[in-house]
Amino acid sequence: MNALTVHAPVLLVAVPLLGAFATPLVGRFGRSARNVFVGSVILFTGALAGLMAAHVFGLGEPLVYVLGGADGFGVPLPSGMQVPVRILFEVDAMSAFMALITALVALAGTWYSFSYWRERSGGDLYHSLLLLLTAGIFGMELTGDMFNFFVFLEVTSIAACGLIGFRVWLKHSQEAGFKVMALYTLSGILVLLAVGLLYGEHGGLNIAYLASRVGGSLVDRIALGLLLTGLAMKAGAVPLHMWAPDAYGEAPAPTSAVLVANSQASLYGLFRILFTLYGATVSVGALGWILIAFALLTIAVGVTMALVQRDIKRLIAYSAVSQIGYMLLGVGVGLAVSVARPEFGRTAMHGGIFHMLNDAACIGLLFLASGAVIRASGTRDLNKMGGLAHRMGWTTGFFLIGALALAGVPPLNGFASKFLIYESSFRLSPILAVIAILASIMLLAVFVKVFQAAFLGPASREVGEASTGMLVPMAVLAVTVVILGLFPGFFIDRIVAPAASALWSGRDLYIRAILGG
Amino acid sequence: MNGISSGFGAWNPIAWTLLFAGIFAVAALVRSLGRADAKRGSEQSKVFLSGNDEPSDAAGLHVRGDHLYWGLVEGLAGYYRRVQAMHTGVITDYVAWFVGVLGLVFVILVLVR
Repeated sequence: MNALTVHAPVLLVAVPLLGAFATPLVGRFGRSARNVFVGSVILFTGALAGLMAAHVFGLGEPLVYVLGGADGFGVPLPSGMQVPVRILFEVDAMSAFMALITALVALAGTWYSFSYWRERSGGDLYHSLLLLLTAGIFGMELTGDMFNFFVFLEVTSIAACGLIGFRVWLKHSQEAGFKVMALYTLSGILVLLAVGLLYGEHGGLNIAYLASRVGGSLVDRIALGLLLTGLAMKAGAVPLHMWAPDAYGEAPAPTSAVLVANSQASLYGLFRILFTLYGATVSVGALGWILIAFALLTIAVGVTMALVQRDIKRLIAYSAVSQIGYMLLGVGVGLAVSVARPEFGRTAMHGGIFHMLNDAACIGLLFLASGAVIRASGTRDLNKMGGLAHRMGWTTGFFLIGALALAGVPPLNGFASKFLIYESSFRLSPILAVIAILASIMLLAVFVKVFQAAFLGPASREVGEASTGMLVPMAVLAVTVVILGLFPGFFIDRIVAPAASALWSGRDLYIRAILGG
Repeated sequence: MNGISSGFGAWNPIAWTLLFAGIFAVAALVRSLGRADAKRGSEQSKVFLSGNDEPSDAAGLHVRGDHLYWGLVEGLAGYYRRVQAMHTGVITDYVAWFVGVLGLVFVILVLVR
């Protein structure tokens, strides 16, 4: 294990964080210098995530990294008193899996934004916030401490609000930024309150330590309710999703792509809390059905609201909301049957977790393609678009790949994960599978509408193809979508199954990695 | 390596891709056996079978986004009236939903052990 791999957990947070603060300084040397710097930071971060993931998947047990507290887990004071002050990262296969998703989307979003922001001012601050958001997402996924989880949650909230409201010359952009700020703050307060309750009840903040102490008392369950609702809102589950269309719709296109990873980090936090922190100390059946209820509402409302949108970005935003439902359905079914019928619960978990990766690639691709479409047509209104395929062949192709994949059309990646979700949820209750399949068909209809409205028809105005700098990140995501779709077994065996196992059966391992025994 | 199994169902994308490639190849073969005497720019390539000319306004030819699924949306008007009314855009309404869901989750978690 080389030094980079050993220090990867902290570097994944520290490098983009320091990069964020250094970007305005580097920006004083010119736009090219800034782009080279930000590109290098994000490339290095991506390489680190890959190195760390390869190590963790090979290791088969969590990687623990401790900052402070050199002798074990306490910092000795002159009086001899041991104060447990430290920052601790604990990276198991699920954390490593999430870090890969974040690295992929951040890489594509950042490189796309170099071209996207070429003619606009404020690029230094924009890229600074983008790196800050990336650092916060990595922090949420890698931390082994509940308070640090809250801190990183706040880092992502602040950066996301700044990015969503960044285009201050657009009144809707500011409004969306304000709404997101208010609701993210509410979510953060609830998470902080839950962390406080857990600390008061058990005297610790470390996730492994808390997991060993949580017994399902009333205080534990109140804390769980606060965490579940707070994180479900930040993930965009219906009926707590209302900020999402505004945020995804009004944010610049590359930001919308990275915001998908942000929502998924909250979903990861929710899964970590349910499986690792609480485990079987509360009724997993009840929790599973709560997730399934969120899932069905999210799928149904997300896709039906997408159908009636005129604004291409809001339409994709509602589609993104509906996909959160599929992830919740897979993991909810897995949780609901984890004790009674584990044989297909594991399949459901594979489907739900694989869909996180697939969704990030598809939705990321669609947001990037929509950015190119909006720039070319000068409008977000589908009723004012048409004929773009005549002169935007590459963008059309990439959009088509993303749309078909998201709608679950074989052989693309969305189908592979949805197939596992359909089959496993059918075994719990056929009605779940019926709703999920109908919603997928409706989502296909949604994208038929977009494709017809924006890309087909006579060329009504002169438009040009997107720049190479915008096409290459789209191509990267499109190739990812195709490869994930053609070789799902390879990816499920190597990265999805270990990630699912880390949640499903890795609780003891997670606790032992910190507490020993 | 490329296939997946759900326990009682299986999906092999490579096999299905090859199958569809074969179907497309057969379709292309059948198409190549068709008549090759169609002439571009003649009556044969007009959009309307009746022989009518295309409208001169290009925009009038395009079916806009709102025109698709008009019937479906009308059929679901009752549903859409309620669901769209939920999305008021007013932040206090969003918070009210949040509080309601939080209360419901509390009740479930407190009642179900």
